[in-house]
Amino acid sequence: MSGKEYRTINDVKGPLVFLNKTEPVAFGEIVQLRLNDGSMKNGQVLDTSEDLVVVQVFEGTAGVDLNTGVKFMGDVFKLPVSDDLIGRILDGAGRPRDGGPEIVAEENADIIGAAINPYSRQSPHDFIQTGISAIDCCTTLVRGQKLPIFSASGLPHNDIALQIARQAKLRDSDEEFIVVFCAMGITAEEFNFFRSDLERTGALENAVLFVNLADDPAVERIITPRLALTAAEYLAFEKDYHVLVIYTDMTNYCDALRQIGAAREEVPGRRGYPGYMYTDLAMLYERAGIVKGKKGSITQFPILTMPGDDITHPIPDLSGYITEGQIVISRELHQAGIYPPINVLPSLSRLMGSCIGEKTTREDHKSVSDQMYAAYAQGRELRGLVAIVGEDALNERDKQLLDFSGVFEDRFLRQSRDEDRSIDETLDLCWNLMNDIDTKYLVRLDQKWIEKYHPDNKD
Amino acid sequence: MSNEGVIYRISGPVVTATGMEAAMYDVVRVGHEGLMGEVIELHGDKAVIQVYEDTSGIRPGEPVLNTRETLSVALGPGLLTQIYDGIQRPLATLEEVMGVFITRGVDADGFDMEKKWTFEAIVSPGDEVVSGQVIGNVQETETIVHKIMVPPRMSGTVKSIKSGDYNVTEDVCVMEDGSSIQMMQKWPVRTPRPYQQKYAPDTPLITGMRILDFLFPLAKGGAAGIPGPFGSGKTVTQQSLAKYSDAQIVVYIGCGERGNEMTEVLDEFPHLIDPNTGKPLMNRTVMIANTSNMPVAAREASVYTGITIAEYFRDMGYDVALMADSTSRWAEAMREISSRLEEMPGEEGYPAYLSSRIAEFYERAGRVQTLNGDDGSVTVIGAVSPPGGDISEPVSQGTLRIVKVFWGLDAGLARQRHFPAINWLSSYSLYPPSLDQWFRDNISQDYPEIRTAISGLLQIEAELQEIVQLVGSDALPVDQQLTLEVARMIREYFLQQNGFHDVDAFCSVDLHYKMAKAILTFHESAKSAMAAGADLQDVVNVPARTDLMRGRFEATYSDDIDALVNKMNDEIAAAIEEN
Repeated sequence: MSGKEYRTINDVKGPLVFLNKTEPVAFGEIVQLRLNDGSMKNGQVLDTSEDLVVVQVFEGTAGVDLNTGVKFMGDVFKLPVSDDLIGRILDGAGRPRDGGPEIVAEENADIIGAAINPYSRQSPHDFIQTGISAIDCCTTLVRGQKLPIFSASGLPHNDIALQIARQAKLRDSDEEFIVVFCAMGITAEEFNFFRSDLERTGALENAVLFVNLADDPAVERIITPRLALTAAEYLAFEKDYHVLVIYTDMTNYCDALRQIGAAREEVPGRRGYPGYMYTDLAMLYERAGIVKGKKGSITQFPILTMPGDDITHPIPDLSGYITEGQIVISRELHQAGIYPPINVLPSLSRLMGSCIGEKTTREDHKSVSDQMYAAYAQGRELRGLVAIVGEDALNERDKQLLDFSGVFEDRFLRQSRDEDRSIDETLDLCWNLMNDIDTKYLVRLDQKWIEKYHPDNKD
Repeated sequence: MSNEGVIYRISGPVVTATGMEAAMYDVVRVGHEGLMGEVIELHGDKAVIQVYEDTSGIRPGEPVLNTRETLSVALGPGLLTQIYDGIQRPLATLEEVMGVFITRGVDADGFDMEKKWTFEAIVSPGDEVVSGQVIGNVQETETIVHKIMVPPRMSGTVKSIKSGDYNVTEDVCVMEDGSSIQMMQKWPVRTPRPYQQKYAPDTPLITGMRILDFLFPLAKGGAAGIPGPFGSGKTVTQQSLAKYSDAQIVVYIGCGERGNEMTEVLDEFPHLIDPNTGKPLMNRTVMIANTSNMPVAAREASVYTGITIAEYFRDMGYDVALMADSTSRWAEAMREISSRLEEMPGEEGYPAYLSSRIAEFYERAGRVQTLNGDDGSVTVIGAVSPPGGDISEPVSQGTLRIVKVFWGLDAGLARQRHFPAINWLSSYSLYPPSLDQWFRDNISQDYPEIRTAISGLLQIEAELQEIVQLVGSDALPVDQQLTLEVARMIREYFLQQNGFHDVDAFCSVDLHYKMAKAILTFHESAKSAMAAGADLQDVVNVPARTDLMRGRFEATYSDDIDALVNKMNDEIAAAIEEN
């Protein structure tokens, strides 16, 4: 490209800069802005025509004036990728943040990322044991899945994400995950928590961190997850690693999206979020999976905080339509002092069916999981009834189910932050807990599993 | 003005070109890479184009070429078993050319243009033929005969026609006026294919799902909407319909949905056997997979591509079922394009023409007399994904205004693991009056009455449950407790169905009629036993009833059910004597 510097800024509005009369500029092209004091900012072309070019400035437009020099770099945004990424901490725009050297590129990868041909995907079917009973038994995670954590402010979603990152493994395999961690607008304190935990467990050496903190430019958050996923794709599909991508907090990402939409005076959709948010989120979440002929995989763990604990808010709602299930964190359980406070009732893993059973987990897994779920659901419902009519009005079956719901929370859900239960331990635990319910009420358990696994029939 | 112009502006998937002669919906090639696009707006000499591929890196000043054709699909032998993206490019071909990631600027034919098909002529030289008339047959797959028709708007006297092996672009028939017919024809996707007249539907589309076939039947040629929040089982329901419905041809559109989910379908379908023919399901299936992260304009086009293919098979006289999962993603694609065009929005940012587009789409369903006088149908089943599960939003409402069947999925039922999670109180079908005759003639004279009895019990249960919530079930009189027990039986034994179970996934109309009748029989025997002094618990807990309910998972159930009912009656009668 010519490398010409333009001084034709006409308007500056929020994170956007409008320029008149340039050479033909490509859609999505990277832009460098040189301020009067010599400092540099980066941006990207959002709209281009012969007369007007709209540039979104990642670092915000503070200090930009009509004399700011604008240079078009002739290419779309690319991330230098190589094995050297592993163990590094980068900022939200992909520059080293750990004081280390620049990444020496083996190749430069386009951060938008092309869609995987659905025909070329391979169905995920490898069970990932997280060591957390609620997840392993009821919302089983599969390698290549995208399973978000729906949480809310003040809940321990970070602990859960870290515990998963620490403990996640394939059964009977030492294969480790490379963790790609992507922070969007989280506080320095939260980030330090993540970093020190990763450091403490030695996982940092097998991780790549992209970090945009709360006081970093908001608009930069638009590209941070794309950088992280580009790195993940490179490591998974070029370097055969199994990659676990954790990104937090998607809510901040969506708010940044809204900010740009508002600055462009776009017609807003629900709650002011842009109408294209579904597509935009899909372009992140869909970058998970396994493809034919490649050894690696990408598993995604996005974390989002539901504003006002509202699961119908556009962010969790649109996410839920794209991701393959969700793990819902409950304030009620958290307040009851239960960790991890996972509410299994609205939680779901859509790919669970393909990864549980005799060959992968255990033959009775589905049956047990269905029964635990059903008994807990009924028990929870009865709590409402008891509040009105009192416990004495319940029949024997209902009493047992009501008691079970308490036991479920206290002994099945509750585990410590470093307790790593194997799937066998989890399922055995389920059988022990269900022992308190008369087997004639356990209608979802297959008779043959009762005979084989029920504590009454064991030994 | 010529067919060539230059790019003036690029904003995401919307590109403006100047200096080019254009008409609405012309297909154009954009930029040096020749990305495919479609003209969607004209302003003076500026043409606004929606581009079906990613536009990053494209610059103003690059050329735009107008092909002067509207967006069309290729129709002919080779369609079946194909898996397409939204603009009829076979995904397998794209994989060969691009690898596992979908890049851009690649053109691919809808099916193999070179492959030779055995054409068998059924008209002779000298015959008068009219548009839509079948002039020959091709055995496309084991189960489906592809009928080669005179394209719409063409007719005349056959000069020569010959059977033999041809590819789809070779002439198989020459007319007196010099025009010729090939096995492949093209049709613009946004224009419905012509037919003689629409009939009122009178035959049910058998889906094998008890709650649908029995309580809320859909007619062949009808339209149904399935709204439901995420996780309520829309996709599983749609896939079950694609697998088990008794349509002869199935067009499945995965519109803006999950990649892994599409892959599951793509992996699974080739191994599934059609319960109606015993042959692989793929033989009757055309799939369109445009996942959520594939270009949004192609998503907008995908439903039209699908329905045009469906209409083409309808014109051959087939019963076609089309599943669109999900129409909300299609509507969102419209919204996204509309907002890039800076159009004045209607409700929730959707374009003002949303409801008319939805209506036009569903109106392409129907049972028709085809141009050649045959009877064919297109049944459309559209999933809707309302935000937050709230169906007061524009896409759900636009759909409900036009479809006659509403299968409402319920998150609460899904949470209780009641599948299919179709709410029996809020769902409806307006077809029973036109289908009841069929059920009377083919299943049993009292079929509609049995249905009324069962849905009546469910209504009563809903009322009783409100009381139970307040006072507990023990406070009800025994006859009402029995009603609750019967309703529970309806729900757990009849309405719940395991879509993944080998036997239970598909239930014939005959069998579900027997099951419904068995429930009513239980109700009657229990009532009379209790009138004779039997205890409610004894009656409810007769082991034969459990056997009756569990039996539905056995392959021989339709043979055993009568014996099981008799045994249950005997045990209930015995319960009287115990007291």
